[in-house]
Amino acid sequence: MIDFWQEIYGTVRRNKLRTALTGFSVAWGIFILIVLLGFGNGLINSFKSQSDGLASNSMMVGGSSTDLAYGGFEKGRSIQLRDKEVGISNEMTDHIENASGIAYSPTMSMSFEGEFFDLALMGVNPAYIDTESPTILVGRFINDIDIKQCRRVLVINEKHSKLFFKDYNEAIGKRVNVGGLLYQIVGVYKGRGNQGSNDMYAPFSTVRRLQNTGDKVGRIIFSVKNIATKAESDAFEKEYRKRIAASQGYSPEDTRGIWVWNRLSNYLDQMNGFGYLTTAIWVIGIFTLISGIVGVSNIMLITVKERTREFGIRKALGARPMSILWLIIAESVAITAFFGYLGLLTGIGITEWVNAVMGTQTMNAGVFQMSYFKDPTVNIGIAVQATLTLIVCGTLAGLFPALKAVKIPPIEALRAD
Amino acid sequence: MIHLKDINKTYHNGAPLHVLKGIDLDIEEGDFVSIMGSSGSGKSTLLNILGILDTFDSGVYTLNGVSMNNLSENKAAKYRNEKIGFIFQSFNLINFKNAVENVALPLFYQGVGRKKRNQLALAYLEKLGLKDWAHHMPNEMSGGQKQRVAIARALITNPDIILADEPTGALDSQTSKEVMQILKDLHGEGMTIVVVTHETGVATQADKIVHIKDGLIETIEDNTTKKNTPFGMDGYMK
Repeated sequence: MIDFWQEIYGTVRRNKLRTALTGFSVAWGIFILIVLLGFGNGLINSFKSQSDGLASNSMMVGGSSTDLAYGGFEKGRSIQLRDKEVGISNEMTDHIENASGIAYSPTMSMSFEGEFFDLALMGVNPAYIDTESPTILVGRFINDIDIKQCRRVLVINEKHSKLFFKDYNEAIGKRVNVGGLLYQIVGVYKGRGNQGSNDMYAPFSTVRRLQNTGDKVGRIIFSVKNIATKAESDAFEKEYRKRIAASQGYSPEDTRGIWVWNRLSNYLDQMNGFGYLTTAIWVIGIFTLISGIVGVSNIMLITVKERTREFGIRKALGARPMSILWLIIAESVAITAFFGYLGLLTGIGITEWVNAVMGTQTMNAGVFQMSYFKDPTVNIGIAVQATLTLIVCGTLAGLFPALKAVKIPPIEALRAD
Repeated sequence: MIHLKDINKTYHNGAPLHVLKGIDLDIEEGDFVSIMGSSGSGKSTLLNILGILDTFDSGVYTLNGVSMNNLSENKAAKYRNEKIGFIFQSFNLINFKNAVENVALPLFYQGVGRKKRNQLALAYLEKLGLKDWAHHMPNEMSGGQKQRVAIARALITNPDIILADEPTGALDSQTSKEVMQILKDLHGEGMTIVVVTHETGVATQADKIVHIKDGLIETIEDNTTKKNTPFGMDGYMK
């Protein structure tokens, strides 16, 4: 083994500048790959954190107004969802779970011991926790008895609890004034991303009674199941729209009667987008790397040409073809791996530095905050992949020159200069 | 030791060139044979075939009872390593390895451990009077010293036969004489040696002179008495 490394070291040492220049191109290729992947991960992580805690398989539906004249009605008729449509949703058991209605109150003022701010209550059913799954930090979520008795209870966000209380544990059991009525806080849920942390939950029946809206439902929310692809998701959405159209008596072709927030489709789109981004980064990175690898291959070809006579001597002394082959491939892998690792470490260093400097910076957009880069680093899996890539590339770079060296008959090799 | 029967070899570079046209030759153990001929006579091709560095088209070649026909590259490498010691005109030392490493290289291909082969290499260098030069690089040595390193390398595997291709071709007359003396001493110890040369003075040091002309053996001359040596028993013509 020592002999093996000495052979490689011996030849590398004789061509320091050449080896360094070739090595640089490999290091550069890996460096670019790692930095690009790191930044790509930063972007992806940043996007992901926006929808943190929102279920990726839920769908939310609301009434809108028709776009086609149908059944004697002119277009532009506004559609109001009712309990009936919640029932219809729950009947579609193939793809729907936990369908429930949501009612919104008008904006009201909430106050506690002199502090106050404006908000709208979101009236939800117990099933809501199975669709959006907010994490309860302390206390409980809205339950069936709350609904039955139209209790005035609240489940608030960790963020809101900070406005009134030092510690969210203190919030439980406290009574706050909302629009002139006292509500008891029964639970605090964990802040999640920016899209989902402004909701203040109250029982669905309480909010509906507050506004005396009968069987009207503001929105319907449910979980989608047994759907894996975008096409299936779109087909399901189409089928759902048709059912609602039939129930409400507007054209089944009308896509404007209700709006649908198909988060599964969005999620699949986003995943596709991330996939494309990652693929694009790998492709760019690999192409940069390939130019480095071609450099190594080129250098190995020159080396083989220079050392043809030496290989002839070795063959005359009893070197087997395999030992010559290994000599060249090992040198190629050694150069690629060594300089590749240099590039890898530099790249990781840069991404960690960027993480330290920019990873914590956030953009304040008033209602929500957003970080440009969240954790723009690569994980150990990527490093392992990159290492394997390096070894494979080094082997490929050395293989063809090595085969060339092996193919030269000893007598011709001995005649070479 | 060596048995050649009707060896033919044709090169196909452009026009076919029939280099060896049926060589029959037997070399016995302990022989000191020189192969003489003008350039283009086929003497080097013959030596390369003897050394399994080159292939032949037809005929029979047995070395120490083992057939050398249609060897795989791995088998050829094994026999070159174990049975044959080469000495070349241009020494063919590996220039980034020092004398010891060069001498030890054939043992590396036998899988002998580093320490053991370097010890053995040092012993052979000492035998050839190069102990002080053991850790010098080839470019720090004279031609005669390099050739002695090459001889040590040829001997280290204890081969059946030494093949020397113009061993004095790149040396002045004094060192030529020294190198030939080493070969004669080795012959004295019982080694089988084949030397290819176009120099009469070198050829006449051998016991048997094979004259090759146009790919055929012209005559095999018995030279045990060294009577043909141009300048007497120890004379050389350079």
